[in-house]
Amino acid sequence: MEFSKEIIANYNNWVTIFLMVSGLYIVVARGNMVKKLVGLSLFQTSVYLLYLSPGKILGGTPPIIAEGFTVYSNPLPHVLMLTAIVVGVATLSLGLALTVRINEEFGTIEEDEIFAKGDDQ
Amino acid sequence: MKLDLILRVTTKLLLPFILMFALYVQFHGDFGPGGGFQAGAMAAAMVFLYSITYGLPSAQKAVPPAIAQAMIPIGVLIFAGVGVYAMFNGGQFLNYSVIAEDAPHAQALGILLVESGVLITVAGTFVSIFYAFAGRGR
Amino acid sequence: MNAGIISNLPALQVVIPLLGALVCALLRRGSAAWFLTMIICLIMPVISITLLLTVLDSGPISYSMGGWAPPFGIEYKVDVFNAFILVLVSSIGAVVLPYARLSVASEVKAEDRPWFYAMFLLCLTGLLGITITGDAFNAFVFLEISSLSTYVLIAMGRDRRALLAAYQYLILGSIGATFYIIGVGIIYTLTGTLNFADLAARIPEIEQTRSILAAAAFIIVGISLKFALFPLHVWLPNAYAYAPSTVSAFLASTATKVALYLLIRFLFSIFGIEVVTDKLALTDILIILSLAAMLGASTVAIFQHDVKRLFAYSSVAQIGYITLGIALANQAGLTGSLVHIFNHAVMKGALFLAIGAVVYRIGSAEIDDFSGLGKKMPITMGCLLIGGLGLIGVPGTAGFISKWYLAVGAIDAGYLWLVFLLVLSSLLALIYVGRIVEVVWFRDPGPNLDGVREAPLSLLLPTVLMAAATIYFGIETSQSVGIAAQAVETLLGLAK
Repeated sequence: MEFSKEIIANYNNWVTIFLMVSGLYIVVARGNMVKKLVGLSLFQTSVYLLYLSPGKILGGTPPIIAEGFTVYSNPLPHVLMLTAIVVGVATLSLGLALTVRINEEFGTIEEDEIFAKGDDQ
Repeated sequence: MKLDLILRVTTKLLLPFILMFALYVQFHGDFGPGGGFQAGAMAAAMVFLYSITYGLPSAQKAVPPAIAQAMIPIGVLIFAGVGVYAMFNGGQFLNYSVIAEDAPHAQALGILLVESGVLITVAGTFVSIFYAFAGRGR
Repeated sequence: MNAGIISNLPALQVVIPLLGALVCALLRRGSAAWFLTMIICLIMPVISITLLLTVLDSGPISYSMGGWAPPFGIEYKVDVFNAFILVLVSSIGAVVLPYARLSVASEVKAEDRPWFYAMFLLCLTGLLGITITGDAFNAFVFLEISSLSTYVLIAMGRDRRALLAAYQYLILGSIGATFYIIGVGIIYTLTGTLNFADLAARIPEIEQTRSILAAAAFIIVGISLKFALFPLHVWLPNAYAYAPSTVSAFLASTATKVALYLLIRFLFSIFGIEVVTDKLALTDILIILSLAAMLGASTVAIFQHDVKRLFAYSSVAQIGYITLGIALANQAGLTGSLVHIFNHAVMKGALFLAIGAVVYRIGSAEIDDFSGLGKKMPITMGCLLIGGLGLIGVPGTAGFISKWYLAVGAIDAGYLWLVFLLVLSSLLALIYVGRIVEVVWFRDPGPNLDGVREAPLSLLLPTVLMAAATIYFGIETSQSVGIAAQAVETLLGLAK
């Protein structure tokens, strides 16, 4: 009983871990370059949850000083994750741009097809 | 391409409101949720919508790619410029407190300038990314 | 006014290249962008050397970004260790850049050149930022700034496989960076702080928890991907082989070194050596992986027929030496690591610059095309030879000094057999360098070398400078070893 309660109480972490592992799995298992980027994006997104969910304090208000409120949520994780989101956008768009260029040069975005063409030509 | 009348008119109607809302989010960022990043994304969305209904060439006539590309460094230059200006006024880099007479006023001014830099950069970046991908033939 | 500039030097170290990158992005002509980048790259070492001298003179400098006092704001903290790395990175930038003008003009399309220099300066910003910052998350942001610009720089290579190499590096590099922020996130949840000094003060309280070990593991694996520790090195050979020559030289000398700096910072200044050695058994793992790198990657290097690729594998092997010193974690070993970070940067710089000069003249880095090149480009090939001797660790070159300290560290730690493996790895280096020397000096020039002349002066000077530095730091060691030893004292002092 105690154990299952602990699992349910930490459900945010389970969601985070599930997203993290599935993202990483997609990156490793898929040969399609766009799918790999989708997996990478999922992997990076799971980190936002890792930071944001402990930042929320139950019953806390937005961190703006006001009469009668003493419990505030932690704003710092949100600021950090805003930066991480920007980094994620940049990584994804650069990755997609590279994929477009690879498609123009090699005519495919399947990794095994590219390697089958022999990368020693 | 023949354009649908309803689409065309609705788009034209929506555009000023999108920009208005973007600016609202930008300036309201001082008091509530919002800020340059969100506002920049919305301003870029305006260009996307225009481009989807009227086609890429007319969007690129309205917002030339060269300008969108130039916006990226210009926005960051505003951001960094505020920081360097603070440095010349005897504070640390990005210490807004020293850029105007009294500290609270200076903080408000600093954040406004920095956020406007963010707006310009984010809008420019998103529009450039959109152009780069949309402009490629299959 | 003057005092204002001096006190703002830590910020200027990062802000000036950032501003330069932005202006470069606005410029439309490659030559103008090069000129601006050149000026900035000449200012950077001045700042970093001033910082180093100040730190040596009067102790660590702390700079609060935006006037927010640490640990709440972002702190830039300069001590002997990172001032040493700052000097290294900024000087390599200054040496490589004069070389860039002709080399980039021959390898990168004209319309891309302003962007090339913008990306180069952004990369420099990121690398200097990682080194100077005292904040774990800020380090992540700079890590990504440098990585993203590096992907672009690599993709600008002439060969279409450069795109594949950049894509592969992007995937692995992003995974590495994400591992790093997962680790930082766990630590942040545990301690509520991101400031390095504050973290170091709070970690002993939570040393007993398992979460801190998970965090340490994530951070170590993440950073290891960035500096290509042996099994995580797959991105490196392709990236170095297909990038434009200037980029190969710059990255080989700086990017992996800065990631190694971050690892040492985390292991010794933040986690403390007890967590690392007693709880994670990292020492044993790291020694095994270092040996695998030193022997395995050197063996692979012997069989390469692209010279750039060959030296890229050799880089993986040399990184093995550096991590070996980290794993030994005693004074001589760690000094060896720091000195090797410096010396390897200089030697690899010389080698990649020499290869770049060859690519400029004959348009190929295949070893068969090098035959008899010693007669056509004697100075360039002489520099290649000196760099190669440094890799082997011949006395009188920089490589000997660092290997000596590593060997002393191994004996101090009681691993006499490690010394034999060090020598064995040097013998492998002798084979792959010997192979190039044989082709270059003892064969007759092939028909492809008709009319090939010595490289132009602007390519030759940086190369000769790096090669001269390889010999200089092999004989006169008071600067490199002296400062490294002082940095090690603070690192191990903090670990106590």
